[in-house]
Amino acid sequence: MSMTITEKILAKHAGREEVSPGELINCSLDLALGNDITAPVAIQEFSRLGQDHVFDPERVALVPDHFTPNKDIKSAEQSHYVREFARRYKIVNYFEVGRMGIEHCLLPEQGLVLPGDLIIGADSHTCTYGALGAFSTGVGSTDLAAGMALGECWFKVPESMKFVYHGKLRPWVGGKDLILHTIGDIGVDGARYRAMEFIGEAIENLSMDGRLTMCNMAIEAGAKNGIVPPDERTKEYVEKRAKRPYTFYSSDADASYVETREYDASQIRPQVAFPHLPENSRPVSEAEGIELDQVVIGSCTNGRMEDLRTTARIMKGRKVHRRLRVIIIPGTQEIYLQALREGILEAFVEAGAAVSTPTCGPCLGGHMGILARGERALATTNRNFVGRMGHPESEVYLSGPAVAAASALAGCIVSPEEVLGDAD
Amino acid sequence: MQIKGVVYKFGNDVDTDQIIPARYLNTIDPAELAAHCMEDADPEFAGTVRPGAIMVAGKNFGCGSSREHAPIAIKAAGVSCIIAASFARIFYRNAVNIGLPILECPEAAAALEEGETVSVDLAGGVIRNLTRSGEYQAAPFPSFMQEIIRQGGLINYVQERMKKRA
Repeated sequence: MSMTITEKILAKHAGREEVSPGELINCSLDLALGNDITAPVAIQEFSRLGQDHVFDPERVALVPDHFTPNKDIKSAEQSHYVREFARRYKIVNYFEVGRMGIEHCLLPEQGLVLPGDLIIGADSHTCTYGALGAFSTGVGSTDLAAGMALGECWFKVPESMKFVYHGKLRPWVGGKDLILHTIGDIGVDGARYRAMEFIGEAIENLSMDGRLTMCNMAIEAGAKNGIVPPDERTKEYVEKRAKRPYTFYSSDADASYVETREYDASQIRPQVAFPHLPENSRPVSEAEGIELDQVVIGSCTNGRMEDLRTTARIMKGRKVHRRLRVIIIPGTQEIYLQALREGILEAFVEAGAAVSTPTCGPCLGGHMGILARGERALATTNRNFVGRMGHPESEVYLSGPAVAAASALAGCIVSPEEVLGDAD
Repeated sequence: MQIKGVVYKFGNDVDTDQIIPARYLNTIDPAELAAHCMEDADPEFAGTVRPGAIMVAGKNFGCGSSREHAPIAIKAAGVSCIIAASFARIFYRNAVNIGLPILECPEAAAALEEGETVSVDLAGGVIRNLTRSGEYQAAPFPSFMQEIIRQGGLINYVQERMKKRA
């Protein structure tokens, strides 16, 4: 029977020759992930099981990244609870402040998630790792507790949707623009319960960082997972990081899809998603002139090296507009150090931006840049829901790093072409 | 199991940030979370919701974050059941896992109005409007999930599995 890449990975982990959409299956896990918000609930549920070990101390990852460095006493207590659990159960992949990163930037970088893997994480953006050709999905804390105990999780095999991006990208257009455009097309529940498979010339030419950004936001269309078939770029990315074997899967030519969407990627312009849903995406030209109070560049969506380099190309030698605050958050310590060595952080500071240690912080309205009533931000993050970054009467617009950086200089939303022309 | 309660109605795409804003996620105490339930959708809700309330919403209820704090807050606020046109998938799993009854029924979600009294037969998925006439059939749970619910949630289900392993 012909299968999609998602079906093949699920079948392999269910110990089956084949699976079909709609089937309920039990799968083995390669990794189970939690953070400082979701792990405490999972640990509480896990302790009800009375088990003295996790299924594999090397296959559980705990990354306190949301409210860290601890923003208040209650957050500190939660981090402490996770840290104590990691010590007691000898969790190998526990990452402390100063050695950590935003979970979905950190795990691929550290080679802890690999092509062909099956991963669950108690964080909705766990779908990010599909960029490596893995099946990866977000779950809740109780599912994580069960996963940590059994090394298994049940799934309904999703139907697959195919997204084909023809042609070459225009200057200043990246993975964020493709995924915002796509969510604008299908809506925030357009891929609900489904697998989103991204292919085509524009995807083949897209960097790993760009693919991670695309799969990261599959959840914003309601998808169970996003996935990119692994290729030479994938191999180049993982071979220097992997510490265990991995497998490349690909969809059969006659695999069946519930729906196929095709886009002329050369026609897609830099995108901006208006409040209060990611599906409200429009070309940046329709957002030009909207005044801003804050710009945030970072997050599990756009806090990677390529994002910082794009930002630096626009900001270097220029000044942030006096009206607004700019907060830039490298995704991991490794990215932070690399940006430091390349002089990128210096360029940000000279431009008048604040540079933060890795944290999810402002993306979810946690800390490190909360909005007051009536304030408006442009962010490279993933959600612009009501109150997402602070006061329920504040507003968040979403974009890629190029539009965010250009807008930081202008004080209002502008196209990067207005700052630098099309010299991508 | 039969449930009876008053309808509190919400719209489409109610995300988990509206159900329980992240600024309150520095605790896992259900009562504390319940005090801020639905705060960014309806600031009055947590203070006025009556025990046994039935929440009714449009499509894609619970979209966004995987935070289990969302169904925990709703359950701890005294809501007995959620009826929606559709649910986001992580929220759906989480609700089942913690034993919060949820029913997918677009017809009931469209027809039921704020303040109406409704009865729900969970086993059969039958929803009845007791204020006006109206009866609706929700999609049944897959048998696998019925088993999780029958055992009182996922943790009990896992305990059974672990006993079998040992």
